[in-house]
Amino acid sequence: MARYGMAIDTTKCVGCMDCVVACKTENNVPEGLNRDWIQTIVNGEFPNLTMEIRSERCNHCTNAPCVNCCPTGASHYDGGGIVLVHHDLCTGCKACIASCPYDARFINPEGYADKCTFCVHRVEEGKDPACISVCPTYCMTFGDLDDPNSEISKLVKSRNNHTVLPEAGTSPNIYYLIGGNNA
Amino acid sequence: MNSISRRRFLKIGAATAGVAATAGALSKFTQQAVKISSSVPEKGVYTIPTYCDLCFWKCNAIATVKDGKLWKIEGNPIDPMSKGRLCPRGTGGIGSYYDPDRLRKPLMRKNNRGQEEWVEVTWDEAFTFIADKMNKIKSEYGPEAVALFSHGIGGNFFKHLMKAYGTPNLAAPSFAQCRGPRDAGFRLTFGEDVGSPERTDIENSKFLVLIGSHLGENMHNTQVQEFATAIERGTKLLVVDPRHSVAASKADWWFPIKPGTDIALILAWINVIVNEELYDKVYIDKYAIGLDKLKKTVSNNTPEWAYPITGIKAELIRETAREMARYKPATLIHPGRHVTWYGDDSQRSRAIAILNALMGSWGRKGGFFSPVSMDIASYPYPEFPHSEKGKVDNPDKKYPFAHETITTGIREATISGKPYPVKGWFVYATNLIFTLPNEDETIKAIQNLDLMVVVETQPSEITGWADVVLPEATYLERYDDINVEFFKEPFISIRQPVLEPAFETKPGWWMAKKLSEKLGLEKYFPWNNIEEYLDTRLKNSGYSLEQLKKAGLIKGDKQPIYFEEGVTPEFPTPSGKIELYSEQLAAYGLDPVPRYRKHEEPPPGYYRLLFGRSPVHSFGRTQSNPILFDMMKENEVWINKFIADKLELKSGDYVILVNQDGVRSNKVKVKATERIRQDCVYIVHGFGHTSKGFVRSRGLGASDNQLVTKYKIDPIMGGTAQHLNFVTIERAA
Ligand code: SF4
Repeated sequence: MARYGMAIDTTKCVGCMDCVVACKTENNVPEGLNRDWIQTIVNGEFPNLTMEIRSERCNHCTNAPCVNCCPTGASHYDGGGIVLVHHDLCTGCKACIASCPYDARFINPEGYADKCTFCVHRVEEGKDPACISVCPTYCMTFGDLDDPNSEISKLVKSRNNHTVLPEAGTSPNIYYLIGGNNA
Repeated sequence: MNSISRRRFLKIGAATAGVAATAGALSKFTQQAVKISSSVPEKGVYTIPTYCDLCFWKCNAIATVKDGKLWKIEGNPIDPMSKGRLCPRGTGGIGSYYDPDRLRKPLMRKNNRGQEEWVEVTWDEAFTFIADKMNKIKSEYGPEAVALFSHGIGGNFFKHLMKAYGTPNLAAPSFAQCRGPRDAGFRLTFGEDVGSPERTDIENSKFLVLIGSHLGENMHNTQVQEFATAIERGTKLLVVDPRHSVAASKADWWFPIKPGTDIALILAWINVIVNEELYDKVYIDKYAIGLDKLKKTVSNNTPEWAYPITGIKAELIRETAREMARYKPATLIHPGRHVTWYGDDSQRSRAIAILNALMGSWGRKGGFFSPVSMDIASYPYPEFPHSEKGKVDNPDKKYPFAHETITTGIREATISGKPYPVKGWFVYATNLIFTLPNEDETIKAIQNLDLMVVVETQPSEITGWADVVLPEATYLERYDDINVEFFKEPFISIRQPVLEPAFETKPGWWMAKKLSEKLGLEKYFPWNNIEEYLDTRLKNSGYSLEQLKKAGLIKGDKQPIYFEEGVTPEFPTPSGKIELYSEQLAAYGLDPVPRYRKHEEPPPGYYRLLFGRSPVHSFGRTQSNPILFDMMKENEVWINKFIADKLELKSGDYVILVNQDGVRSNKVKVKATERIRQDCVYIVHGFGHTSKGFVRSRGLGASDNQLVTKYKIDPIMGGTAQHLNFVTIERAA
């Protein structure tokens, strides 16, 4: 069984939001709403500063609270562990929105819970998700974390990295690569 | 992908059916207005190559139409510049088509200029009015009394029309308000400028210095892609910026320099490099003149001298000078782009050019490559009329090294009537109200005109001052001229319509041709339509329009681009060498070697106003694009956290900026941050729209240009320095 995820190199990401724009056009995300976003974390005091910039979205968690709490089974794990929503089963109750520690979900004006799909419609054609396909810094890699030979597995193994809110116990599948090697 | 079966995926696909077909933000407009180009089928997915117009970089793109609707636009993978990836603005390009605030019909002014009250007219009425006025101006004052301001390749057909009419006064703010000083500084040193796209070989540099350049926030696509490659390759990065920019956050050294003191820092680097003989000796011996005079002139400019001026410690300056030299010739001191800051900008650019020369980086891998291009025949037009009077912008060569027309020089002549009167302005796709410093002077000049025409896709502030507004089709609905690129690989590319023009908009080429007929200048537009024009140029060069339309771009043979690959080193200066000491400048009584001169500093309670760019907007041109509007609706004023605390302001509060002349900004959100010095504040350029036509973006954020009432003119080339304004901060009511 595959486990799809992303590795995002924060040393290269410039936070330009091309990923956000691409998601928007690719998936026709309604105005005012986004499925991915940029997070900038600044530490220190002038002039001794460090900054991490990263592109965030649904973590397609292996232990996803949104799936666990969904009363209708609309939120589910699909192939490769991708967390998706059956639009027709979703009642728009928002339990999943409240449960997600990453604030990755919103209610689409059409009434269902909406969020990143890892662009399955592209992945099924063998393409990268839209966000990755446009990134001018080539900072993102999509692939199968269960396959030790995939590029993403190699990156996660060789580079220092972290996930977001691992303490939430969700087993997120987006890895943020940071400086230095994991020697 | 192989671990999920195709069938499995079909099931996944079904679960998210409607991904791209869902009615979203853009559907309303879609239903009303989309007219797909006749060559596109109504069903299925269809792609058309073209090149982007969200900025002037001209990345090659592929637009996708699905079931008759414009869906998305992506990079063309065969493009050497975008490498198949557009920047966020380019990716959001379809929003320029769907922009609800677009101009729709030709308009004529009802009341006074600037009141933005219009009568809708037919194209023929608009052209008749314009032609009558232009003929009248020509007979009273001569053709030189009409000037064109334009930006981007779309202006080509209007430039052509103006030359046919007989005026030499064709200007773009990209010179005197932007990159002009850089180009003058490099020309004086190497005999050539860095061009656009810049000939910087960032991806191969081993030591990269950015002085105020904020790559990553400034999204010139190729530069940012190469910047990311350089980071990955471990290029040493030094960023000089009063603000902790995105680039600074990735740097090995960040120098939060005191604004206005960059020349002192650069001279100190030169001092160390010359005194410790760290420069590329073979290169300098062979190609440069003036080393001894340079050495003598900078002899006092030690790092210890520079420290109290710049705030950068002497040992850091010395250490980084040595580090820079370690990686030569792949040491690139980036020349920047928007460099009109303090009034001595050509000299700062020259200092940067000299430092690059000492590193031996001009013409070398990892430094500045020699761009190559394809030979494409011009259209065989009749000769243009000759202007006896010459250009109006720079009388008596007051600015001796202005190699392009000075916009603000035309403005000055329009106000004073000297050296001769200017009575008509044609403005193509440049929002002069947001671009030229000191808005009052711009308006004063406009009030002196007999004719003011604006060609635009959107109701930018300058359209409000027009007598006639000509609504242009967006880049997705029109052909423009062939782009003959100067880059690492030679290529040509095409902009072609994906959709039919919406509303009553028309492409620029059509307007220029129609106007030529009204003006009796039809012999200068002998082609029947743009396809014929393009095909003639291409056929005369051994290609065809059909071929170019299909591929989007055609590449020529690879050629050497570095001296080490066989490019002949040539320096078209008067001496034929790199001029470290400039006799040319000396002859005009200007500093032959750059010198540091102190600039005015903000009085107590005031902060220097700095401005720059956001990755999701191009100047003031994209705030009404619904996709890009969603990414960033208003700008923020960056205020150092300590200062914000002192003023009892926190992030999210709204303030008014008031400049030294009492000009008040629109209200703007505070960003209280450690990422900027205490003596300056920063905003992203392009916000604070005032035009009635901008329904969504009007009144959001502050306009830097409104606060730039004070400016200084660069004596070398006439550029207008804009980082000279100081503001106080008031809490908004
Ligand atoms: S840099 Fe961005 S906006 Fe400019 S041409 Fe390229 S994709 Fe378009």
